[in-house]
Amino acid sequence: MPKDSGIGASSKRREDVRFLTGAGNYTDDINVHGQAYVHFLRSDIAHGRITNIDTSAAEGMPGVVKVFTGKDFEGVGGMPCGWEVTDRHGAPMQEPPHPILAQGKVRHVGDPIAAVVADSLALARDAAEAIEVDIEELPAVLDMKAAAQDGATLVHDDLKNNICYDWHLGEEDNDKVNEVFANAAHVTTLDLVNNRLVANPMEPRVAVAEYSRGTDEYTLYTTSQNPHVIRLLMCAFVLGLPEHKVRVVAPDVGGGFGTKIFHYAEEAFCTFAAKACNRPVKWTSSRSEAFMSDAHGRDHVTTIELALDAENNFTGLRTNTHANLGAYLSTFSSSVPTWLHGTLMAGNYKTPVIQVNVRAMFTNTVPVDAYRGAGRPEATFQLERVIDKAARELGVDPIALRRQNFITQFPYDTPVALTYDTGDYNGTMDKLEAAADLSGFAARRAQSEANGKLRGLGVNCYIEACGIAPSNIVGMLGARAGLYDAATVRVNATGSISVMVGAHSHGQGHETAFPQVVADMIGIDESMVEIVHGDTSKIPFGMGTYGSRSLAVCGSAMVKATEKVIDKAKKIAAHLLEASEADIELKDGQFSVAGTDKSVAWGDVTLTAYVPHNYPLEVEPGLEETAFYDPANFTFPAGAYACEVEVDPETGQVSIEKFTAADDFGNIVNPMIVDGQVHGGIGQGIGQALLENCAYDENGQLLSASFMDYAMPRADDLPFYEVDHSSQTPCTHNPLGVKGCGEAGAIGSPPAVVNAVLDALNSGGKAVDHIDMPMSPSRVWTAMHS
Amino acid sequence: MTQVSMTVNGKAVSGDVEGRTLLSSFLRDHLSLTGTHVGCDTAQCGACVVHVNGEAVKSCNMLALEADGADVGTIEGQAAEDGSLNVIQQAFQDHHGLQCGFCTPGMVMSAAALLKDNPRPTEGEIRKYLEGNLCRCTGYHNIVKAIMAASGQDVSSIAAE
Repeated sequence: MPKDSGIGASSKRREDVRFLTGAGNYTDDINVHGQAYVHFLRSDIAHGRITNIDTSAAEGMPGVVKVFTGKDFEGVGGMPCGWEVTDRHGAPMQEPPHPILAQGKVRHVGDPIAAVVADSLALARDAAEAIEVDIEELPAVLDMKAAAQDGATLVHDDLKNNICYDWHLGEEDNDKVNEVFANAAHVTTLDLVNNRLVANPMEPRVAVAEYSRGTDEYTLYTTSQNPHVIRLLMCAFVLGLPEHKVRVVAPDVGGGFGTKIFHYAEEAFCTFAAKACNRPVKWTSSRSEAFMSDAHGRDHVTTIELALDAENNFTGLRTNTHANLGAYLSTFSSSVPTWLHGTLMAGNYKTPVIQVNVRAMFTNTVPVDAYRGAGRPEATFQLERVIDKAARELGVDPIALRRQNFITQFPYDTPVALTYDTGDYNGTMDKLEAAADLSGFAARRAQSEANGKLRGLGVNCYIEACGIAPSNIVGMLGARAGLYDAATVRVNATGSISVMVGAHSHGQGHETAFPQVVADMIGIDESMVEIVHGDTSKIPFGMGTYGSRSLAVCGSAMVKATEKVIDKAKKIAAHLLEASEADIELKDGQFSVAGTDKSVAWGDVTLTAYVPHNYPLEVEPGLEETAFYDPANFTFPAGAYACEVEVDPETGQVSIEKFTAADDFGNIVNPMIVDGQVHGGIGQGIGQALLENCAYDENGQLLSASFMDYAMPRADDLPFYEVDHSSQTPCTHNPLGVKGCGEAGAIGSPPAVVNAVLDALNSGGKAVDHIDMPMSPSRVWTAMHS
Repeated sequence: MTQVSMTVNGKAVSGDVEGRTLLSSFLRDHLSLTGTHVGCDTAQCGACVVHVNGEAVKSCNMLALEADGADVGTIEGQAAEDGSLNVIQQAFQDHHGLQCGFCTPGMVMSAAALLKDNPRPTEGEIRKYLEGNLCRCTGYHNIVKAIMAASGQDVSSIAAE
């Protein structure tokens, strides 16, 4: 029977009521008395030298408060990068400045040149039209391989070239790797592109900043996944403000998917301008502006080679990737193609020799950073595609080939720096085969063929490293931050509980799932526990929500803090019950003396903590505890996905007929929410595979800068999904045994879709090795007819 | 500035607006009805869907002045006066048809318009009808399921809860 409350129950989401009634409080819903509005004048060319900016006409226009250019920010810090990658020779990455407003050059379409603050948004826009900017246009650097050549036009004049870093992981000895490939019975090679995407949370970014002259304090309301991170970066590295004078609030946030992790120039600008103008300043991104100012995702070009012996065991893997970083280093961009990507190249397989090579490139495009999965989808896509190609070349069953090479012993040290703590890849594949009814595929294919369609089945596995991350390890790898999280459990006198958490919920349902854990531990009703998040003035210093970390890291902090609360409450209960603390048991909200019928209720103990008349003298009054939790390892969710498609041979149109996910997330707190996370990830993964593409023309113009040009998945592009998470190997090193579920769908689904389409084509007699994503009808049709 | 008057969620309202003021802006900025969201600038996303004289309309694509004299319904008017959710809202909660909540007002308003004209839509009809409503969180699975449930259909055989 499903549970009806606590850990394991599909509790309905309490936050839904406000969202369903229009009572949510998103950043754009916040208006501060006297606020002015900012409009950014953005570059409409990709690369050029600014020779003149004349703002005088704009400054004289009605309602204009102030016009800012890069000159106003000389001496102010630029946007920082939070991860210093060291290249293959031990040298630090090239790290160019990233000004709030362009200084000297513009480096991508959308690069902000000037900002107008005015009484209304319309007046600000009108005035921005009156700013005269002269730009000497330069050749746009777009193609990554060309950008790496000697003599290429430089995106940043002060750098020696356009290569941010040339990095590798795994086997360093090229001769050894060459020998593995020379001795292989079979080598499969594949060139592929991981297409550039735009995260597109439905809520565009917004920043509202106010400054109090009386107290010298700032408040920034912003659409962020991690308000404390924003406050720290903005105060310490950009504006030079004391943190205790700055409050950052991320209220209801309408989706993030990674792109709201980063500290953006607009946040720092509004905070700076609020003081400079002595007025609150509000910026609301339009969707078109979002396309050219939100950090993009993916954009890798890779050659991958897989070596197999005569028994089809994987003996070696080598990758060469060019990763696009765009024009500037966004907050965590440098970590994505490296430590979040190369480390995952072992996948679910015991390949003994792996070498990962990555060149990260500056180009005249919008900065690229983490998008749902962040490096792990890129790794999974390469690996699962090359395995599928190998299976086809060898004429073996792709599932059997995977099973043969699965890691089966845990813990397992990969050749690419990770230690998988637990997993059961065969067990998860068994679940997939059953849930997807793979034995019935032949009949479904026959039915499709009878209808004139080609039907294909694509299967793949994935593994991800989540719950980022042990601070000491990421510190060694270049992270400029710790990656613990924190929770404060404040028990009120009447027994209700407020839990202040560093994690931020922007769709994940923390307000429902986190109370399930605390209530379960104490044995009280979930409704007695409230989660507080998103406001640096209320919550302890936590690192926020990304990398499927909230429950695994912040949830662990919450468990630790709750344990401290329970330990203290037991001392109080022991005093009230005149018993030894060691004999006190807590169950169903009652403290009792073991082996007796003596008990005292949770609420009586909490009241005593705040009205400490009959109270142990050696115990402090009150009942509030904070814990920080720094994980001992990453967590390793893993799974197997199956996609069935129909391809119309006349048009190349692909239709997803069936999609099944079998995931091992370890223990699960709220199955309904977990399923929803998987659904959403799969939707984005299918979007990448079939529809989405961020496109630039040869001059660096962004062609896909609106929802009319960028194909977001719509309801009729997607099917119902079958999700099975009954394969559960609990994480061995966090107290809840949880692994994280937020990104799995986006990581696991693109290769399944591509493998399915290729299976369909090959079953129809078309020998097609690969089609790049998005597999539009024209690309599929062309592949079939080439 | 021109005066505009309309009925919103059963109440008579009026305000002075510029000719270029959009209905979405009038609702959000003049009436503080911030449940109607704006997620794009090309009338693609549907977060701003409201009812104008009973029809689903993207309020970012209509001038406030065009709604002069109209009967407008927004997400704020969907629940009962005592706060209890209507059938569609309740189905969205029961079936986890929302995550971040930003597209939700538009989804609920579109679903209401669909069910008014087609009280028992098929899965395919729902998916087609929602072509003007984007959601980035749910992969649409639970939205479609919720709308089917709200129309009284048995959704227990649809995968996953």
